[in-house]
Amino acid sequence: MYILVVGGNRISRHLARDLLREGHEVTVIEKDAQSCSQIEEELGEICLQGDGSQVFMLEAAGAERADMLIALTDADEDNLVACQVAKNSFSVRRTIARLGNPQHKALFEKLGVDIPISTSSLILEHVQEEVPTHSLTHLTELEDNEAEIVAVKMLPNASGVGKRVNELSLPPDNLICLLIRKGEPPFIPHEDTLLQADDRLIASTYPETEEALMLALLGDASHQ
Amino acid sequence: MAQLLDKEGHRVTVIDAVAASLRRLDVSFTGTVIAGDATDEEVLRKAGVGESQAFVAATQVDNRNILMAQIAQHIFKVPRVICRIDDARLGDIYEDLGLETISPAGSLTQLMKDKIVE
Repeated sequence: MYILVVGGNRISRHLARDLLREGHEVTVIEKDAQSCSQIEEELGEICLQGDGSQVFMLEAAGAERADMLIALTDADEDNLVACQVAKNSFSVRRTIARLGNPQHKALFEKLGVDIPISTSSLILEHVQEEVPTHSLTHLTELEDNEAEIVAVKMLPNASGVGKRVNELSLPPDNLICLLIRKGEPPFIPHEDTLLQADDRLIASTYPETEEALMLALLGDASHQ
Repeated sequence: MAQLLDKEGHRVTVIDAVAASLRRLDVSFTGTVIAGDATDEEVLRKAGVGESQAFVAATQVDNRNILMAQIAQHIFKVPRVICRIDDARLGDIYEDLGLETISPAGSLTQLMKDKIVE
C-alpha cells in the first residue's frame, strides 16, 4: 500500500519504520525541517517538508495514488483537515486521525475520518477495566454491521452469578462468545455453563443494546 | 463585525483564546465575551452556541475555523454557519462539503475588480 503520514513526531517515526518494514511505501509530511532530517537520517528519503493539511502539499506527496492517510500531528484541526481533504479531493480510501481532545471523536467519525484514535480514551478504557465499578470494556467495533465486541466482568454481587447462560435474558442478537476464568484456558460457554464471580465474558452487542446486556448479566450491580 | 452586529441590536458572543484580544473590543460593545478555545465543545456549549442562530468562524487560522465551524454545524446544528478560509483551494473543498465559506483575499479581489470594471 502507499501510505501518507501527516506529522513527523516520534510516533510517526516509529510507525513509518514499521510500515516500511512490512513492505509498504510511506511518505511522511512534516512542517519542521529538523524533524524531517531526523526522519530521513533514520529511514531514508521518505519525508516531505511542509504542512500536510494543505491541498498542494498532499498533491505533491502523491495523495491521488495513496491508499491510506494517517494524521498524527498535535493539532486536531490539522488532522481533521488532512483527512477530509485526502478523502474528498484525492479519494484516499482510508483515513486515520489522532485526537488530542477525545470529545472530537463523534464529529470526526461523522465527517468521514474512518478511525479517530484518542490516546486518552484508550488509556481511560484500561483504567476502567481495572476499576471494578466499570464492568464493561469496549474491545472493538465491527464496522460492517455496527456490532461491537465488549468484555464484561462479573462482579461478585452481579445477578448473573450462579445462573446458567440460558437463564440470562440477553437482548436479541447479543451473543456471549467467550468465557475467561482464572486458572483455566478461555472457553466458549454452553447454554448450561454456570457463571461464577470474577468471570470475564467476551460478548458481541450493539451500542443500543449495551445497557440491556449489562442489566441481563449484572442486574442491579450494573448501576454501581 | 461583532461590534457592528451588536450595534444593530443582535445578541453577540465573542470567543477568543487570547483574553487580551477581547479587550480590543470597543467599550460600547454590550455583548458577551468569553476567553476560551472555540474548538472545544464544552466552551462552545457554555457560550450558548446550541441556542444561536448564526456562528461565524473568523480566526486567522483556516484549519481551526474549519474545525469549529463543523462542530457548530454538525454537533450544535446552528442554522447559519460561516467559515473564513483564506486558502482558495481549501475553500472550494469545504464549499463542496456544504460549508459556507468566505475568503478575505478573494472578497477583496472581487471588490477591486468590480470597482475597475464599474
